[in-house]
Amino acid sequence: MAESALTAPAPDNSLAQWLKRRLFANWWDGLITVFFGAFVLWVLFKVVGWGFVDAVWSLENKDQCREAAGACWSVIEARGRLILFGLYPYEQHWRSTLACGAIVATMILSCLPWFWSLRRLPLLWVSGFGVFVILMYGGVFGLPLVTTEQWGGLALTVFIFAAVVVIGMPLSVALALARRSPLPVISKLAGGIIDIVRSLPLLTILFAAAVVVPFVVPDWAQGDKLGRVVLAFAVFFACYQAEIIRAGMQSIPPGQEEAAAALGMKYFYRVFDVLLPQAFRNTLPSTINQFVITFKETSIVTIIGFFEVMASGNAAVGTGNWTAQYVEVYVFVGAIYFLFVFGLSRYGDYLEKKVRLGVA
Amino acid sequence: MYRLLQHKKARSWALQSLVLLVSLGLTVSFVVIARENLLSQGIATGFGFLERSTGWPINFALIEVTDRSPYWRMLLAGLLNTLLVGLLGLTFATLFGVFVGLLRISSNLILNIIGTTYVEIFRNVPLILQAFFWYAVLTHLPSPRSAISIGEVIFVSNRGLILPALNFPLLDVLLLGLGAVAIVFGALQIKKHSSRAAPYVWPASAALLVLLFLLLLLTGRSPDSPLVTFPELRGLRFRDGFDIKPEFSALLIAITVFGAAYIGEIVRGGLLSVDRGRIEAGRALGLRNFRINQLIRIPLAVRAMLPALANQYVWLMKATTIGIAIGFPDYFMVVSTSINQSGQTIELLALLMLGFLLINYSIGFFMNRVNSRLEIKGKGPLVDG
Repeated sequence: MAESALTAPAPDNSLAQWLKRRLFANWWDGLITVFFGAFVLWVLFKVVGWGFVDAVWSLENKDQCREAAGACWSVIEARGRLILFGLYPYEQHWRSTLACGAIVATMILSCLPWFWSLRRLPLLWVSGFGVFVILMYGGVFGLPLVTTEQWGGLALTVFIFAAVVVIGMPLSVALALARRSPLPVISKLAGGIIDIVRSLPLLTILFAAAVVVPFVVPDWAQGDKLGRVVLAFAVFFACYQAEIIRAGMQSIPPGQEEAAAALGMKYFYRVFDVLLPQAFRNTLPSTINQFVITFKETSIVTIIGFFEVMASGNAAVGTGNWTAQYVEVYVFVGAIYFLFVFGLSRYGDYLEKKVRLGVA
Repeated sequence: MYRLLQHKKARSWALQSLVLLVSLGLTVSFVVIARENLLSQGIATGFGFLERSTGWPINFALIEVTDRSPYWRMLLAGLLNTLLVGLLGLTFATLFGVFVGLLRISSNLILNIIGTTYVEIFRNVPLILQAFFWYAVLTHLPSPRSAISIGEVIFVSNRGLILPALNFPLLDVLLLGLGAVAIVFGALQIKKHSSRAAPYVWPASAALLVLLFLLLLLTGRSPDSPLVTFPELRGLRFRDGFDIKPEFSALLIAITVFGAAYIGEIVRGGLLSVDRGRIEAGRALGLRNFRINQLIRIPLAVRAMLPALANQYVWLMKATTIGIAIGFPDYFMVVSTSINQSGQTIELLALLMLGFLLINYSIGFFMNRVNSRLEIKGKGPLVDG
């Protein structure tokens, strides 16, 4: 039959064929595969050898570190608590752990679509954040008081992130709404603030909050340094997030808001029941990306003098005994960031695919 | 209806006046309190302090600064440092990023794996951690006494990379760079406006550039100093030669490596955004792969990349401020040290903001120019802001 002669042969989708196509499409490709394959194997061999095979694992054997060819993970056993908990009182470390767990649980729960509403999600985050603060700060339920000066390590990183998100999100909605307000003074003011903050490095804004604000604000309004820095960070976050929300609102046909107005809905309901749910849904990937960036940038507060996980990692190698083990410590701290950031960004990619397919 | 309108108008006027009053009030109270604080510390407001000498040195500068240099000169040195590390970082990150992007879209599985691993590792770890890491690596190199030498001319030690020095001050390097940009720009203008083909333009500009180099070389150094000096170990440190400090190298490496991961993704996205049909059309016209890349894929991909690239450049430029963490005296570090030392908080903060606004708007302006040059005519602008 003529027809069967014209149809292409069914593509061979077996694993062997796929590998052949991806590895040995032609002689040139094969050469690259062999050469770079050898390179990858060599790197893998080196990394596994350094990190696992030749590594010294426990603190008792730390004298072997000098001779060992591999990593000296003893440093993590010796300094791990310092890195994870900073100067938080030793007996209370369980509180710091639980508090971090509360925020992680909040993050995981917010990935469930059931929570995706403008009432449930803020409630979830505020309660998660509340649990965190009660556990960390104490002073109630028989928990001894631990002031913010003693907070440190991973818990401080997580605190800054969560506080920035919890304060920054409502602020960003307010800024976005102000910027698209028909009242010229308000929209110009919001636009000006957003544009100026966005053109400045985060570090300069945090620095201004930590060092300059005490200079221009009366004593009673200053609060503590951590509070000021977190607030400034939240403003920075809000200025970026406001632009994302604004883009999300612009992608909604104006007819929708007009229809809502024609139905007699008040401004508040038009915004919170019509515009914002769609704006958030349209910009979910960018919002998650903003979270990712924010989590990484919490490390900048190290420079202002806070003892979060980056700074405590530095402190762990800064003192005499372990200076040679800087690679191990930085790998450990890097792995902590990686866990959070990689998880979040993978989730963002997954959502982006869903949004693109119109499922979410 | 009329009364309702009146009412609404009145309400919006009231609201706006209130907002205006509150923000004005806050600003005025900030200024008043700052002035009081300054007066109580005996610090005069205004920019007069820029002429005073600083009394503290910085360890890396393109122009000559000492601890007796005035503030304005120190600030200028800091700004130049930021520009230097930023522009070099952007250049290297872009070159390396293109390479990473190509790895990411390669049809070869192994190259894919290398590209993906690179991007995932370096994009998901904070820049400042990477800077600390590279700084630790560089300062854990052997001491100058047991420096690693390459042909006894170049030395690598924990004090930095030491190269033979061409007796050519860094300011002259900058002037040469500016000259090169001006010459290329002029050549392009001549090419554009001359009606005939102008084959002499490029050789002539090359000659002009060489001439400029020689001129700067001859005038830039004191007449009795040698043209090239080789580094020499004297006691605990190297004398002569040109040394690149570990603070600078670590920041540059961190920005390059981190930026390349992001730029690689932008390049990948740009290349993937090119419509398959256009490439197939090129193939149907009988173009070879090289010509398809040159004429269709790359020009279209570059247009798609530009807005994201402009944002990334601005971001990386701002990120150079983390240099303070490892002791690189960039603009921010000089400003913050100045604030500590002189107490001229408000003025210096204004200068800091001005510096970054200038840098960001220059990048935006430059990218917009490139964009409007490349734009397919008849379409709206691709870059906003």
